[in-house]
Amino acid sequence: MHAVNTTWVLVSAALVLFMTPGLALFYGGMVRSKNVLAVMMNNFVAMGVVTVLWALIAGSLVFGTDVGHGLIGDASLAGLGNLGRGLAGFGPMTVSPLAVVTFQMMFAVITAALISGGTTDRIKFPSFVLFISVWLLLVYVPLAHWVFSPNGWLAHRGVLDFAGGTVVEINSGFSTLAIVLVLGRRRGWPSEGMAPHSVPLSLLGVGILWFGWFGFNAGSALGMNSVAVYAFVNTALAAAAGLLGWLCFERVREDYPTTLGAASGAVAGMVAITPCAGFVQPMAALLIGVLAGVVCAMAVRLKFRLRYDDSLDVLGVHGVGGLLGMILLGLFATRSVNRAGADGLLTGGGFHLLGLESLAAVVTMAFAFGVTWLIATAIDRTIGLRVSPEAESRGLDLSQHAESAYSIGGMGRIGS
Amino acid sequence: MQLIVAVIKPFKLEDVKQRLKELGVHGMTVTEVQGFGRQHGHTEVYRGAEYQVDFVPKIRIELAVDDAQTHEVVDAIVDSARTGAIGDGKIWVQPMDALVRIRTGERGPDAL
Repeated sequence: MHAVNTTWVLVSAALVLFMTPGLALFYGGMVRSKNVLAVMMNNFVAMGVVTVLWALIAGSLVFGTDVGHGLIGDASLAGLGNLGRGLAGFGPMTVSPLAVVTFQMMFAVITAALISGGTTDRIKFPSFVLFISVWLLLVYVPLAHWVFSPNGWLAHRGVLDFAGGTVVEINSGFSTLAIVLVLGRRRGWPSEGMAPHSVPLSLLGVGILWFGWFGFNAGSALGMNSVAVYAFVNTALAAAAGLLGWLCFERVREDYPTTLGAASGAVAGMVAITPCAGFVQPMAALLIGVLAGVVCAMAVRLKFRLRYDDSLDVLGVHGVGGLLGMILLGLFATRSVNRAGADGLLTGGGFHLLGLESLAAVVTMAFAFGVTWLIATAIDRTIGLRVSPEAESRGLDLSQHAESAYSIGGMGRIGS
Repeated sequence: MQLIVAVIKPFKLEDVKQRLKELGVHGMTVTEVQGFGRQHGHTEVYRGAEYQVDFVPKIRIELAVDDAQTHEVVDAIVDSARTGAIGDGKIWVQPMDALVRIRTGERGPDAL
């Protein structure tokens, strides 16, 4: 079993890594053409920075031996060493511990990249790099230890979160809200139109996310077993139902079912099924998906009323979808799918699990929002978070990277 | 000599070009442009946010003609570009003082 499980986890790790360039396309299509490279670069640089920091220390702080009270791991696995004998709290393992820590590395990469959907079009590139580095260590690492390490205080209490409804989804959503409140709105938003420059790019991006999400969820079974199969099927069903839910909402509210709505609905469905994937029956996954499609379609409208510029709706899709998934897991979880799971309110388990899931959701929201707000404020007061008004109006592709995504005609001369 | 400028619906370009070729027009310059007239723009919706797009894509045709041919060319453009709906576009004509063929240096009507 060892080789089969490790193979599946490594393949899944590659699938999850592929989600980040998919996210880059999804985001890149939704911004104006002068900012497409900058937002894609924020995603790509997360693949560089987060991977290196994870190997040096972050992975150890998540999966190293708990230093007390389930708050954080120690530095014993720093540099990805000492991984020959299993991981603290996991018991006898049938999968390579190094493969598990590497698989989890990809989760950290995409969670950091997700935040760029809120900060796009106005954040300074060096400030974004500094932000995700500090944020990885102070926000992501503790949350991941609490939930993904069996010794973490939330996991130890019995909180269920199959693939990161808290650590990835609620965390990215509420971290994004905090940093965009410090950063401020894009100049001209919301009165000036800032429509997507290429919806086809976004659709291709969502296709890649959809493909990669099978690794994200089914890989989180950490082995090739029946739970992995459930997680795989549930991911497919929730994505499809989310797509339909969002489209139905648009058809009723606005007359036109949009392509960007279809893509967003699929993402919303997969976000909500993330914590539930290996704990619920397929028909529950359908219901979770369609509810996520409708609820997230409503949630992305909030920013216009409340006037916070979460530019590409990280809060509306990931924050709200993650919250919904955690609550619905408290209703629909069943031990008939996963003996290591629990039963929810509608599956004979009473209120116990719903209470635990709500606790984890609230803790994640508060911790992610609070600590991110402090980090963003500290960076803003020192090196500054935001580009100059001139740089913002020229576009970040030119002002941050000296490149243009689309050029027509001559390329100028080499040199000066 | 006259400079004729026509702004037309993009899908009518092929018809207009065909008619002008039949009239023996020697050449034309075509650009993709955006603008609005009585057609105004349209509304787009992305994630529930409505965007008013004021400028509609159009094709701008420029061509230089001999004075004697002006009416005939204008009529041909009107006839071939018309759909009868708002947004068919406009044609304007302005006198042209000078014209030079760069290759030979010919000037005036000889350069047409």
